[in-house]
Amino acid sequence: MKQIYLDHNATTPILPEVFDAMVPYLKEEWGNPSSIHWAGRGPRKALDDAREKVAELLNCSPVEIIFTSSGSESDNLAIKGTAYSKKSKGNHIITTKVEHPAVLSTCKYLEREGFEVTYLGVDADGMISLDELKSAITDKTILITIMMANNETGVIFPIEEIGQIARERKIVFHTDAVQGAGKIAIDTKTLNADLITISGHKLYGPKGVGLLYVKRGARVVPLIHGGHHERNRRGGTEDLAGIVGFAKAFEIALRDMKKEEEHLIELRTRLEEGLSEKIPHVKLNGHKDKRLPNTANISFEFVEGESLLLSLDMLGVAASSGSACTSGSLEASHVLIAMGLTPELYHGSIRFSFGRSNTMEDVEFIIEKMPPIVERMRSMSPLWDVKNQTGAKITFSEKSCTN
Amino acid sequence: MYSEKVMDHFNNPRNVGELEDADGTGTVGNPECGDIMKLQLKVVDNVIKDVKFKTFGCGAAIATSSMVTELAMGKNLDEVESVSNATVAEALDGLPPVKMHCSNLAADALHAAIEDYKKNQKK
Repeated sequence: MKQIYLDHNATTPILPEVFDAMVPYLKEEWGNPSSIHWAGRGPRKALDDAREKVAELLNCSPVEIIFTSSGSESDNLAIKGTAYSKKSKGNHIITTKVEHPAVLSTCKYLEREGFEVTYLGVDADGMISLDELKSAITDKTILITIMMANNETGVIFPIEEIGQIARERKIVFHTDAVQGAGKIAIDTKTLNADLITISGHKLYGPKGVGLLYVKRGARVVPLIHGGHHERNRRGGTEDLAGIVGFAKAFEIALRDMKKEEEHLIELRTRLEEGLSEKIPHVKLNGHKDKRLPNTANISFEFVEGESLLLSLDMLGVAASSGSACTSGSLEASHVLIAMGLTPELYHGSIRFSFGRSNTMEDVEFIIEKMPPIVERMRSMSPLWDVKNQTGAKITFSEKSCTN
Repeated sequence: MYSEKVMDHFNNPRNVGELEDADGTGTVGNPECGDIMKLQLKVVDNVIKDVKFKTFGCGAAIATSSMVTELAMGKNLDEVESVSNATVAEALDGLPPVKMHCSNLAADALHAAIEDYKKNQKK
């Protein structure tokens, strides 16, 4: 069976060139980069080279890069690290309701620690309002943390403008660029961000490596205390193979960005048009234009997302859903809920996130297979009958979602 | 993550549909949770002669609905009294732990339908 992977916002495969670049640091060059002897010298050079490469790609200085274990760690370091270092100045943080859990859970944690957090809402397109952001700022605001692009809908936020607002008020600005990096150009000189999170495995690099850009002058209190690694900002012997792989992957992502963007938009446009044309009651979620080129978030009303995913999986198609049933926490997509979608729409949402290996053939396959899947699930759905007035009106029980 | 039996019932659900002149109807769940099951019964001489369901929900919700109709079909009302959500899950060779408490509502739908039948009898 042909396998079609349409879940690139979850993770991406390691590119062969990236893998090849990593191998020496898992074999011959196994030394500790901190060692001054022969075993450490090769690894030290590789680490310095990788840092310089990444700095060049971000248009910053190598000292402004902290390598971490993941996007989540970078988010934690940025948010907690700033909150703790700015504690004497204030206790207010501004973020949005649609951030990744790595940001939201960290903010929730800080609330329990005595910090106050404002969660900005979004409109029906998933877009935030800069006016709302401005009016949320108080004298106590020490940090604004807002993502570059949303992982579920692909909606891109106006990061430069947000950064400008933060700068005028002398507030530290962090952006989680995990989904944006590699798909949108990031120039630290013009982005107006003090802290930027990037993850390796979302851009065809390895899992287990991320970075935090820390603008010179911005201070983050370390989460992991240890040796002098990462200029005393993050203890732990460096994951050299991972870091080398990250640098290679980021380089390739930026090298091919323009070409990939055209390819991805072409595929996504055809998918959205094809499915909208063939299936009634389909809703495209997220801002039409201000969106990552690879992400399509589509609701198939009156059916439940997990059952669609299972049906797709049986055909070899991998995608994801905002349905509660697929989250593990039994909570439906906080992003789609914040956008004001009804349960019939958010439970029926599927995210198709394209990547380098996808072809128009993949898209045509989905357009052909999806209508009978949706039709089958709708034929079983009491909500579909209510909608078509072929079934009696249903009175729902008040029972909570977990029995 | 699902057993073969769950996948079988998800792919080939038994007794999907609606009964005209049902003697009892039970609906459980709500759209916010992502699971709604509607189950209908035809009862003759205290025996479930026919049963149909319609479900909006995940794989587990559809499979448990299908399984409960199999467990109920042709049975005496007293016989199915002991059918619980756990019985249904067991008959499917188990469900993933997280699903035991959300999508496993089919027996509730059956009992709600029986209750509705009994209420209609009294009228």
